[in-house]
Amino acid sequence: MRILVCVKHVPDLQSNRGFTPERRVRRTAEDGTMNEVDENAVEAALQLVAGAGAPGGAHQVIALTLGPDEAADALRRALQMGADRAVHLLDDAFAGSDYFGTAAALAAGVRHVAAQGEVDLVLTGMAALDGLGSVVPALLSAELDWPQLTVAAHLELADGHLVARRELDGVTETLRAPLPVVVGVTDLINTPRFPKFKDIMAARSKEIETLTAADLGLDPASVGASGARTRVLRAEPRPPRPEPELVTDDDGSGGRALADYLIRHDLI
Amino acid sequence: MSENTILVVLDTAEEALRSPVLEALTIARSLGEPVGLTLRCPSETALDQLAEHGVNRVVLADLGDAPAAVSAVAAQAVAAAVALVSPTAVLLTSSFANKEIAAHAAWLTGAGLVIDAASIETRDGRIVGAKRVFAGTWDTECAVTADVAVLTVRANAVTAEPAALRADPQVQKLAVSARVPAGLELVDRVVHEASADASGAQRPALAEAAIVVAGGRGTAGDFAPVEDLADALGAAIGTTRDAVDEGWMAHDAQIGQTGVTIAPRVYIGAGISGAPHHHGGMQASGTIIAVNVDAEAPLFEIADFGVVGDLHDVLPAAAAAIREHRAARDEP
Ligand SMILES: Cc1cc2nc3c(=O)[nH]c(=O)nc-3n(C[C@H](O)[C@H](O)[C@H](O)COP(=O)(O)OP(=O)(O)OC[C@H]3O[C@@H](n4cnc5c(N)ncnc54)[C@H](O)[C@@H]3O)c2cc1C
Ligand SMILES: Nc1ncnc2c1ncn2[C@@H]1O[C@H](COP(=O)(O)O)[C@@H](O)[C@H]1O
Repeated sequence: MRILVCVKHVPDLQSNRGFTPERRVRRTAEDGTMNEVDENAVEAALQLVAGAGAPGGAHQVIALTLGPDEAADALRRALQMGADRAVHLLDDAFAGSDYFGTAAALAAGVRHVAAQGEVDLVLTGMAALDGLGSVVPALLSAELDWPQLTVAAHLELADGHLVARRELDGVTETLRAPLPVVVGVTDLINTPRFPKFKDIMAARSKEIETLTAADLGLDPASVGASGARTRVLRAEPRPPRPEPELVTDDDGSGGRALADYLIRHDLI
Repeated sequence: MSENTILVVLDTAEEALRSPVLEALTIARSLGEPVGLTLRCPSETALDQLAEHGVNRVVLADLGDAPAAVSAVAAQAVAAAVALVSPTAVLLTSSFANKEIAAHAAWLTGAGLVIDAASIETRDGRIVGAKRVFAGTWDTECAVTADVAVLTVRANAVTAEPAALRADPQVQKLAVSARVPAGLELVDRVVHEASADASGAQRPALAEAAIVVAGGRGTAGDFAPVEDLADALGAAIGTTRDAVDEGWMAHDAQIGQTGVTIAPRVYIGAGISGAPHHHGGMQASGTIIAVNVDAEAPLFEIADFGVVGDLHDVLPAAAAAIREHRAARDEP
């Protein structure tokens, strides 16, 4: 079983996130991490491969990212967690990609790896926590023409089919699809493992393959800013919020104070 | 002058249109001529709402046996409707399912895609969507450079307004022979029963409610005080991931980066610390109120008003005071 996991390098939620003067998401090495839900995707991949047989050889987890130099951090994290190898789509031509450019490049990365041996599954997180699009998994399924199982909170592999359960928009659904398939997971699906010292050491000797648009057979004009169908016109930080009005409920009057605030501001 | 056509996906037209769809229609009218798209036969109620909201043309896509619950299938109906009515923009409400339908539809039609727009306008002939990102700390505007724009619109971004002139909606059928992804099977699909308040009335849905009362780990699993205040306010109930993890609430009640993004008029968070994952999903709310025993809880930092106190005391007292106020107000 060979699984590709898409991992994105995003600004840490705790960091001071923002945009560059070119109106692109500011990505710095210090403040970046692997998109947290993608750790769940890596964990799911490792568990599926472990269930299929001994890792290595025919059973492989391969991490895939599209992003600038710093994005290699996300790959390194995946390797430390236990991925066998990693593929970095790295090219100035990719800069400024929109959802479609991203999905087209990632799909080309999948095809590149599949040319070396069958890929059974592409795993992703449910959302990149910088843009919160939740659309790349669907677009990957369109690009690859594979069925999609997205927002999966529970996964099971049986008889060459994956069964996924999802709970969203007031509906619980169970979907089943034959491999190969694109799967997007939520953060509730598992608890990602924390790499130990020896895993971190072992990851150092693992290979990161770098591929350009040309390596993938992609026309540079079709990806990145030149291929994008949207353009960010404006990105401005908002003024800080004013200090909140705080009351302390030491005499049982807090509830009434809350009600009074709503009434006073005509909110009910 | 030929007017722009704006296609609006009508989520629940077989019953009645819900407020996020009416909000999308209101935005559509500000951009051009709204045309509705439904995958199921619209009810009389929905047709009446469409008339009120100025929609003269409704496309009823017939997918035959193909399962409309599969986003890649529903998207083919959207693409067929785009070919039929040539819109400049397609608007959908911002549910998880709709984001996926929007993605597939944009992929099929070559459209540009904006997710979770709070406002939409036409500028220099292009559709521009605005949204607040990074947990509400930045405002952005994004222009669609492709011929067609597909946008999901977040709920409560505008107030739904009826049109100045009542329309006379005509339903036009459109047969769509959709391709179903190979081997994909919907094993089962259970629609959650809408949660009911103490009087048995249906609570509003979290994603579209004007007021949301959310409870976190500080409830210790007892949501009675949260429900009490929600019922007094006619509010929806939300929660944090920790409470979902504990099995206290279902995942679709989770507010945040890996849950539902909400922007109600009023958000009240009780027993919620205000982790960035959580506030990324609610910081666009109009008024934010926090109730927490810990005066240092980060949710206070983004709140307009806060009570430092135990939610088990504060929420029921607030509910009682609101009921009292309502009773006094409604008295002749
Ligand atoms: C990948 C990832 C994604 C995540 N996505 C989300 C998400 O989408 N949404 C989300 O919510 N979280 C998410 N989280 C989890 C998030 O980081 C926090 O752990 C979570 O939001 C905390 O929930 P909480 O506020 O209920 O609990 P806590 O952080 O434990 O806070 C409980 C609060 O209750 C207060 N309290 C205790 N008792 C009382 C009382 N009697 N009265 C009043 N106050 C009381 C405490 O002082 C404390 O501030 C995610 C985490 C990860 C790793
Ligand atoms: N640049 C990228 N590189 C690798 N994976 C990505 C990238 N962008 C998105 N993804 C994957 O797609 C998922 C959803 O992203 P999004 O649709 O942008 O919210 C993420 O959790 C990742 O698994």
